[in-house]
Amino acid sequence: MSTTTPKTAFWRGVRDSAPFTLVAGPFALLFGVIATEAGLNLFEVMTFSLAVIAGAAQFTALQLMQENAPTVVVIISALAVNLRVAMYSAALTPYLGRAPMWQRVFAAYLLVDQSYALSHQKFEAEPAMTVSERMGYYMGTCILVMSVWYGASLAGAIIGSALPPQIPIDFALPIAFLAMVAPALRTLPHVIAAFTAVVVSLFAASVPWSLGLIIAGAAGMIAGAQAELWMERRT
Amino acid sequence: MSTLTLWIVIISLGVGSFLLRFSFLGLVGDRPLPPWLLRHLRYTAVAILPAMVTPLVAFSNEAGTGPEPGRLVAALVAVAVGAKTKNVLAAIGSGAAVLTLYILIMG
Repeated sequence: MSTTTPKTAFWRGVRDSAPFTLVAGPFALLFGVIATEAGLNLFEVMTFSLAVIAGAAQFTALQLMQENAPTVVVIISALAVNLRVAMYSAALTPYLGRAPMWQRVFAAYLLVDQSYALSHQKFEAEPAMTVSERMGYYMGTCILVMSVWYGASLAGAIIGSALPPQIPIDFALPIAFLAMVAPALRTLPHVIAAFTAVVVSLFAASVPWSLGLIIAGAAGMIAGAQAELWMERRT
Repeated sequence: MSTLTLWIVIISLGVGSFLLRFSFLGLVGDRPLPPWLLRHLRYTAVAILPAMVTPLVAFSNEAGTGPEPGRLVAALVAVAVGAKTKNVLAAIGSGAAVLTLYILIMG
């Protein structure tokens, strides 16, 4: 079945994105609960989720704020975790770059793992799509996932405020981070990057102002990039 | 954390995340990034996240001198399940289950 109008493309996007709500929902829920447990009120939790829409970056900021890291380190680390969206932006530009500016502003705001993955795959598979059909499909992939994201954040914030304060939820964040990283260890350079970051972070743990995180993260990135170069030269 | 700090972080991350997303789509156009930069960007998440979590696990006992066994095992299980199944939610679930079980058994 080929997509014929922006409207049918939109509904295709909505349908294709349905399974992804099962991923976005629990993350937003967990964020709502943990942020509330950390002392954020409902308005703060919702503004956070609406403004940033990035699970890993939000969790990072929350964790570092609880450790009383300097604000600059909180912001740099959370944005670094979210750098991949710049790569998504680059990957979608050949397909959506000629759309009107106001549409591109909306598309940028809504750019997350799910909308990128679905749309990029679709645009590659169907090169005949027009720009407005592509934009329709893209918006379709966003609308359901975003609704679930907002709704689940709200539900999480409400549940979080109802949980008794004795429940030790602080370790949920480290577990969530590890769970996010493990599936990303696809290649040897990824494993080397992670391993280097782990080792350096142990030695750099006592560096003041939480700079150990930046040092260990940078060391991991350099190690991964060098490992990739080394493997390219060997083949 | 103070309310002011929180709002500085929320606004900075909101603006910063939008600019990251808007960067190419809105401003840069089709020009490609230099390969050396892309090569480093590929490893941001797998480097930053472990760097943040490792000290939280390694110094998780009450004195902050070494790992708390339940948390160490829960962390290792989460990594193992995540790497094996490639399923983030399964990894979170199994890590949380191990920690809960440990707390229940050890008190």
